[in-house]
Amino acid sequence: MQYTILILVLPLLSFIFLGLMDSKFKPKTAGLIGTIVLGIITALSYYTAFEYFTMYKVEGVYQKVIPFEMEWLRFTDLLSIKLGILIDAISVMMLVVISTVSFMVNLYSLSYMDGEKGFQRYYAFLSLFTFSMLGLVVATNIFQMYIFWELVGVSSFLLIGFYYSKPSAVAAAKKAFIVTRFADMFFLIGILVLSFYTKTFDFGVLTGENPIVFAAGAGATFMGFSVLSWAMALIFIGGAGKSAMFPLQIWLPDAMEGPTPVSALIHAATMVVAGVFLVARLFPVYYFQTPEVLHGIAYVGAFTALFAAVIACVQTDIKRVLAFSTISQIAFMMVALGVSGYEGHEGTGYMASMFHLFTHAMFKALLFLGAGSVIHAVHSNEMKDMGGLRKYMPITNWTFLIACLAIAGIPPFSGFFSKDEILAASFEFSPLIGWLMTFIAALTAFYMFRLYYNIFWGKDYAVKAAAHGHGHDDHGHGHTPHESPFAMAFPLVFLAAVTCVAGFIPFGEFVSATGADYHIHIDMKVAITSVVVALISISVATIMYRKPSTTPDKLAASFSGLFKAASNRFYIDEVYLFITRKIVFNSISRPIAWFDRHVIDATMDGFANTTQWVSIRIKSFQSGQIQQYAYVFLFGTLLIAALILIF
Amino acid sequence: MEFLTSFFSGPVPVEAYLAVSLIMFFAGVYGFLTRKSMLMILVSIELMLNAADINFVAFNRYLYPGQFEGFYFTLFTIAIAACETAVAIAIIINIYRNLTSVEVGNLDQMKE
Repeated sequence: MQYTILILVLPLLSFIFLGLMDSKFKPKTAGLIGTIVLGIITALSYYTAFEYFTMYKVEGVYQKVIPFEMEWLRFTDLLSIKLGILIDAISVMMLVVISTVSFMVNLYSLSYMDGEKGFQRYYAFLSLFTFSMLGLVVATNIFQMYIFWELVGVSSFLLIGFYYSKPSAVAAAKKAFIVTRFADMFFLIGILVLSFYTKTFDFGVLTGENPIVFAAGAGATFMGFSVLSWAMALIFIGGAGKSAMFPLQIWLPDAMEGPTPVSALIHAATMVVAGVFLVARLFPVYYFQTPEVLHGIAYVGAFTALFAAVIACVQTDIKRVLAFSTISQIAFMMVALGVSGYEGHEGTGYMASMFHLFTHAMFKALLFLGAGSVIHAVHSNEMKDMGGLRKYMPITNWTFLIACLAIAGIPPFSGFFSKDEILAASFEFSPLIGWLMTFIAALTAFYMFRLYYNIFWGKDYAVKAAAHGHGHDDHGHGHTPHESPFAMAFPLVFLAAVTCVAGFIPFGEFVSATGADYHIHIDMKVAITSVVVALISISVATIMYRKPSTTPDKLAASFSGLFKAASNRFYIDEVYLFITRKIVFNSISRPIAWFDRHVIDATMDGFANTTQWVSIRIKSFQSGQIQQYAYVFLFGTLLIAALILIF
Repeated sequence: MEFLTSFFSGPVPVEAYLAVSLIMFFAGVYGFLTRKSMLMILVSIELMLNAADINFVAFNRYLYPGQFEGFYFTLFTIAIAACETAVAIAIIINIYRNLTSVEVGNLDQMKE
């Protein structure tokens, strides 16, 4: 499987090529090059998946394959960093997900970003992101993963800040970068602690059959927990930062300032699930060595899922609703990993998490691209500017509806199957978590249909536009919103088709914690409960939002405290601002700044001032009168001669 | 008395040469420090150079009789002094064209 190296090399070349040739091409050419390269990568990924799943099964267990590995940095004989490609079930699955969504987004952007300033730059960054994300999932060791982890962070930063002349986009890009970078600091510390005790970075050794490497660190403890637990918890914090787990979720909603296809690719389907992927990659370590950390992950995930779902119910910016929905769904995956066992039936959670990652990537990308299509048509992100769009945009309407049904967990769409497995795993772990997750699933159905009805039903767009004096008139478009062109509609239809059939993939036969087959069997009790609950939520949303009504306002008024808190995202951003501005800035940054200005700078200034003072004083020695110099020279010589004679 | 007789009767002692060269050298130094005209300063420099030449010849004659290094040095010095004078006079002429004066006291524009 040597050819898999191409999957990494091609997008890198594409990035360098497009980046260097920025203005040499017409925008369309650059876009086409990027899209074609992505198409090739997608084909290669599919072929890799086909070859892997048909040929690398030994005695019913999928093997890990490393088709390529090289030593990249050699510090000492014991410490070296390798770069390579690790092909196993989850990395193959991620290859398929990333390349598919990335290809769709590239295609979609051809039309969506048409005419934007910096179109070539946009495609260069998309290639960079694809390269980094693919490198992340095929990493053979945790350090390589960290390198690519930072690279996806950078590409995310670049793409969020794509509209760099817009202050809010710049602020959002900085926020995303700083928050994830802050989490990555813990990730790095975790990597170093882990590898200090295990003497290896290699995933193969860490997650291998005979984890003898953990013996060295087994006795060491720090503040009541073993160092291994600390290391794994720190690594999880890194994952939590990228995957927007509470309390590091604050960057993701702001990241919606980026172009919508970018949100679909990075902040819905691929980069934000990197944390889930990380936990899945190290799952044997979590499960066998530090089960308490794994349970912690489950609780963090459950809380985040609830928290984000509640906020999603009251947001009015459609992309932010989707952002909070993403946080909530990623938290679902985290919960599934946290409650999972390892072998056989116990491993439901692991399989469900990966399954949900797969299905969620498809339908959430679809939702974002649909939202992009809507925004493209009405030039606004706000729900109040939309309504009744189903008449104008039938394709978007239908595909969006399919995605909403999928995320709400209605059979036969893909979300039902994966979510059902997660709920089953949760119920097995503890009924409390199980019911909590069911409740969150109900909330999910509610807020998604609130979103759907607000965009496509409710008051007619034309009526609203006339009433508000807002909408297309502001932008000089003298026509009603229209369906998007083919390049935008095709990805929608394709992803909707995937969403319709993905649930029937026997996912457990491909991906499981051990690599052995896992037969999905739908737990009827859980399935019926979740479907009934989802249907009730959808009906509630239908009553409240399908026709214009005053119920939502009344509800908002009667729960005004909760409504206000949720609208303001429970003031987490304000808490962060308080901590950073008031506590960190005042007690650490300002004293350091003072020290810098008054001690370090002052010393340097002192040198300069002294030199200047002395030079002003001795300036008059240089008169320009040659005879004066000669006098000084003569008497100096005489003086030296006299001194030599005397001593 | 004996000193004087030997001084006037025998060959010229080295001290005599040194005395002449010393007087010439300090005459040159005095001229260099006090004269205002650049031409006179140039003449003073020549005096100092010639004093050095006399020293070369005298020391060669008395320390290494029969050898000629000192004489050759002197020949070279004279040649170089001639070149230096030519250059110096060229500079002085240019200064005169620009400032219509050869007073050394006026030449302090380059101190900044």
